[in-house]
Amino acid sequence: MIEYLPILFFLGVALGVSVVMLVLPHIMNPVRKGGQKLSPYECGFEEFDTARRKFDVRFYLVAILFVIFDLEVAFLFPWALAFETIGWFGFFSMMVFLTVLTVGFIYEWKQGALEWE
Amino acid sequence: MLDLVLSYLDLITEENIWYVITTLFFVLLITLPLFGAVAYLTLAERKVIGWMQLRHGPLYTGWWGIGQPIADAIKLMFKEPTIPEKSNLIVYILAPVMVLVPAVVAWAVIPFDANWVLADINLGVVYLMAVSSLGVYGILMAGWASNSKYPFLGAVRSGAQMVSYEVSMGLCLLSVILLAGSMNLSEIVLAQQGMWNAVTLFPMFIVFLISILAETNRAPFDLPEAEAELVAGYNVEYGSMPFAMFFLGEYANMILMSAFASIMFLGGWLPPLDIWPLNLIPGIFWFFGKIAAVLFFFLWARATLPRFRYDQLMRLGWKVLLPFTLLWLVGQAFIMKLMQVGWV
Repeated sequence: MIEYLPILFFLGVALGVSVVMLVLPHIMNPVRKGGQKLSPYECGFEEFDTARRKFDVRFYLVAILFVIFDLEVAFLFPWALAFETIGWFGFFSMMVFLTVLTVGFIYEWKQGALEWE
Repeated sequence: MLDLVLSYLDLITEENIWYVITTLFFVLLITLPLFGAVAYLTLAERKVIGWMQLRHGPLYTGWWGIGQPIADAIKLMFKEPTIPEKSNLIVYILAPVMVLVPAVVAWAVIPFDANWVLADINLGVVYLMAVSSLGVYGILMAGWASNSKYPFLGAVRSGAQMVSYEVSMGLCLLSVILLAGSMNLSEIVLAQQGMWNAVTLFPMFIVFLISILAETNRAPFDLPEAEAELVAGYNVEYGSMPFAMFFLGEYANMILMSAFASIMFLGGWLPPLDIWPLNLIPGIFWFFGKIAAVLFFFLWARATLPRFRYDQLMRLGWKVLLPFTLLWLVGQAFIMKLMQVGWV
């Protein structure tokens, strides 16, 4: 476990630097109130409506696809690591898994889930 | 969470206190020069792009513009920090931390030379992938918490883009792992002693370079910050030091990804050929040289290529790179299996 200790130290140093950088400008600069500087930026206009609005569902679709494929990559990591020892059985088991995924991928493609106009 | 941290602190005993102190020293020895490297990367970027456009770049701050990054940092420090009235306070403040911290923490596992690595863990590749993809949370948090339209649109775009290219990036890394049979970064470097992976896996190296450009939101994939439409993307509402933290995090990520590419594909600290004049140079110089070369590629791409359209970006990620890397991985595994059983 001791080889993971440097990561903890890195975390501590990075958090320390972050806190210093967050606090420093508050100490060094006086707060000047007034004007419109705290309103949301919108090219000099009054804001038209709220920013909490609907956005394109395709962003959500991409996120869902990402979950599937990143999980696939996560499954492939141990397979690639043990590749020398698992023989043809291990090889073809993963091929079956990948085929199932590829069928799903082709279906998405044909359904137009990957289209952006 | 706190229990976990405390259980790590229990590992520090009287016998290894000296190891702990030197480790802490080395952590600072990596972190502080990293911030310096980020500062001077911004200068290098402006100089290189300037020269490519037949301009000089920064010239007047110090000799030959050498003081420019320091002047920029001091300027940002003396800006008034503002918190927009409609923002979600806690998320708004935490967002830059979420971008900066992973970009620094990831350096724990990078091997700088033979046996010059702080955390020599067996899961180096997975750790790097996990930590480097945490940055997207910071960007989404910034876009959401600002409660303003441009940051929100920039953050959503950025999130979708980063996750899209992460899959092909993961598959590129898998082809290297398959070849090296290890996820320890030092062992991956040593497995390239005969031939760099950039040669044996040349197409995957190209895909990896494209993916890291998209992962770090760099031109030609810099849609999240498309100045002409979104002003600056997710960090519009940030100023002063929090803005500097986003900047630091982004550029530290660029350097990190360059180091990652050097380790996985360009043989890390190894010289190009193991012959007399080349192997006299210490490995760390080779490593830094390779990082600089990949960074130059980043700047070169920015100076040369026009920005992609969003549908083109998504098509490239999902319809070109993903099927290609998947097919390549299957083919590579098949050929390796054939070679194992001696049929090829």
